[in-house]
Amino acid sequence: MIPQSFQYESPGTMADAIALLEKHGDEAKILSGGHSLIPMMKLRFATPEYLIDINGIPGLSYIREEKGTVKIGALSREAEIEHSDLLKKHFPIFADVTKLIADPQVRNRGTIGGNLAHGDAANDHPAVMMALQATVIATGSGGSRSIPIDEFFFGFYTTALKQNEILTEIQIPVPPAGTGSAYHKLERKVGDYATAGVAVQLTVDGKGVCKAIGIGLTNVNPIPLRAVRSEQALLGKVINSENIALAAQFASEDCNPSADLRGSEEYKRAMVAVLVKRMVLKAAERAMGK
Amino acid sequence: MNKVITVTVNGVQQVLEVEPRTLLVHMIREILNLTGTHIGCDTSSCGACTILLDGKSVKSCTILAVQANGKSITTIEGISTEGELNPIQEGFKENHGLHCGFCTPGMIMRITELLKDNPDPTEEEIRWGISGNLCRCTGYNNIVKAVLYASAKMRGVPTASTEPEFV
Repeated sequence: MIPQSFQYESPGTMADAIALLEKHGDEAKILSGGHSLIPMMKLRFATPEYLIDINGIPGLSYIREEKGTVKIGALSREAEIEHSDLLKKHFPIFADVTKLIADPQVRNRGTIGGNLAHGDAANDHPAVMMALQATVIATGSGGSRSIPIDEFFFGFYTTALKQNEILTEIQIPVPPAGTGSAYHKLERKVGDYATAGVAVQLTVDGKGVCKAIGIGLTNVNPIPLRAVRSEQALLGKVINSENIALAAQFASEDCNPSADLRGSEEYKRAMVAVLVKRMVLKAAERAMGK
Repeated sequence: MNKVITVTVNGVQQVLEVEPRTLLVHMIREILNLTGTHIGCDTSSCGACTILLDGKSVKSCTILAVQANGKSITTIEGISTEGELNPIQEGFKENHGLHCGFCTPGMIMRITELLKDNPDPTEEEIRWGISGNLCRCTGYNNIVKAVLYASAKMRGVPTASTEPEFV
């Protein structure tokens, strides 16, 4: 399988990349890790006339903490995220999720920015970013703007990024002490998309009361889904089996999975409930240092 | 419009003209005639096309040849010196780590990076480390033994070939 012919551009600066996007309009696509785009081009589902490769632009790959915020450069590879000590310190969820994204070779290429900008509800980072209350930075010719993760995903492969914008950074608030996070996806085999996936980050006080919570769901809705009612079922309440069961039930009711080779709608709803229970418990255990 | 790229392949610098849509694996097999790198699934699932790009194991069916411009490529043809098997190749030979051999070049290139990052992996780390490489002869047990053998040999620990398992 070979992609349809296209013109290849490899700008050396962000300004050049944005200028090329403005020049070529809808005929251009940004190439980051390429492990979603190139397979789509090989299948001719995507047939861009211009491919703008941002891999040669310096300064887009970093993971650092600044004033209570962790900043991840969009071109950071999944393998770098998997092995980052800074992310391990604040967000155990990244070790959970990266291990489940594709396989080691793909993680050597795939980037966190591409995973989000692709706008696919089957990808794993969108739900994680919802749990972590992340903000996406988009850069265009007029400068950069911040997009809260809840306003980023619009529809099937559609995001809030404008045609002339590039996702350049992800910002995640460093959580307070007493916070834990966890992710798991049910997958049939290594490298598969999730049958269902659940991301949770929560903060508990000394009495076991939930002071903050984020829950994101993977591949059980047309767009990445925040489980709002599930969050409300736990926020301000003691994390006990009764409240967790309610949160699990709400998530399974509020998602909209499609039946496919990975299972029926009913099965997927049931798995969402199971995973919400397990991930809330795991995040709570981590929050309490167990 | 074709692009002229410069790549270092198994230590030798090459200047090549490629179409932008040429996949790296096609450049390796059809322009450079290095057919040890195999095409299995062609969908970045099976790992048969795994090579090293600047030392990182990658699936060459899902990278464009133009993306290798200025970079260094190592294929299965580039890992032994003067006809001697390297420790990973020797591990596969001694432990019956291959049957039909189709997945072997990709396996060995992946394991090359795995042992560089983690010279003394556990069995679980090995299995997780080769999770992007499929062997349809179901030879994983002997492949794991081959990696343990190579790991021991590279660390200077005495090696013993084990009885191969036939399943």
